[in-house]
Amino acid sequence: MTTRIVELRRGILKKNDELAAELRACYAAAGVLVLNLVSSPGTGKTALLERTLSELRAHGSRAAALVGDLETDNDARRLAASGAPVRQINTHGICHLDAEMIGRHLDGWDLAGLDYLFIENVGNLVCPSSYDLGEKIRVVLLSVTEGEDKPLKYPTMFNSADAAVITKMDIAEACGFDRELALRNINEIRPGMRIFETSAKTGAGMEEWLGYLEEQRVGRGN
Amino acid sequence: MHELSIVASVVDTVTESLAAYKGAQVVEVRLRVGALAGVVVDSLEFCWGIATEGTALEGSKLVVKTLPVVMHCEKCGRDVELEGVQSFRCPNCGELCGDLRQGRELEIDSIEIDELEEAV
Repeated sequence: MTTRIVELRRGILKKNDELAAELRACYAAAGVLVLNLVSSPGTGKTALLERTLSELRAHGSRAAALVGDLETDNDARRLAASGAPVRQINTHGICHLDAEMIGRHLDGWDLAGLDYLFIENVGNLVCPSSYDLGEKIRVVLLSVTEGEDKPLKYPTMFNSADAAVITKMDIAEACGFDRELALRNINEIRPGMRIFETSAKTGAGMEEWLGYLEEQRVGRGN
Repeated sequence: MHELSIVASVVDTVTESLAAYKGAQVVEVRLRVGALAGVVVDSLEFCWGIATEGTALEGSKLVVKTLPVVMHCEKCGRDVELEGVQSFRCPNCGELCGDLRQGRELEIDSIEIDELEEAV
C-alpha cells in the first residue's frame, strides 16, 4: 500500500455554479433582469411581489415570477392575480432553490419577452445563500417585526445580498422598530448596500423600489 | 440544513475522481470552508458517516479547514483579516470594507488515499 495525496481543488457546489453561469448567460442574452428574493418565512416577500408585479404591469412592463415553497401553490395563486405569468416550485422539504430547479421551471417560457423575472426563494435566511441562481441582484428582506439585529444574526445572507428591503413599515411604530439601528446593522454587515423601506399595504416606498428596478434593468448586462 | 446535500455532493465528486485510482481506499477528505460559506462544520461532520456509508469513502475522515474572512481595506491599502462576521470594519483603522477577498470558499482541497502497489 502507498499513501498518496490527490489535489482536487474543486468547488463543492460546482454543478450548481456551472448551471447558474449558464442561466446567467441565458438571462443576459434574453435581456431580462433577474432578481432573487430571500428572507425569513413571513417577512412579506409575496406581498412585496404582489404589489411590484401589479405596478410594473400597470406601467407597461413585462414581469414574471417563479416562487419557491416546500408545499402548496398558495403564493403562486396570490401572485397570478396580478395577471403576470407565475410558476410555483415545490421543493418538498428542500430548504432552498437551486439552479437546476430554476432551469427546469423556466422550460417553455420566452425569456426574451420579459423585462423582469423575480425568483421568490424558500423562506430561509441560511441555506439559500449558498446557491447561485444566476440572478443579477439578490434582494434580502427584513420586516419591522423581526428585530433590528437580524443582519448580525444572519451575516452570511446579508453580506451576500445586493440590496435590502425593510418591509411592513406601516406598522413600524406599533412594533417599536428602531429604524436607525436596523440601518446601522445592515450597513455594518454589507457596507453601502442600497436599502429600501416599504409597505406593500400602503404603497409607501414603492416608488423608490420601482425606480431602482428600472435603473437596474436599463443598466442590465453590466 | 443543506449540509447533507453538500456532503452528498462531496461524496459524488470524490467518487468520480477515484476512477483514476482503481481499488484505492480513501483515508481522508480535506475541505476548505470560508466563514461566510453558510455551512455549519459540525453538521458536515455529523452527516459524513451517513453519506459515506456503502461508498468508497466509508470509514474515511473528514477534515475541514475554516478560512477567516479577508477584506480589502481601501484606507489601509491592504488585505485585512476579520476576527468574526459581526462587523465588516477594518481591525486596524475601523473603516467599513465592502471588498471581500476571502470567506465564501466551499471546496474540496484534496484527498488522501491508500493505493494498492500494483496500481502505482
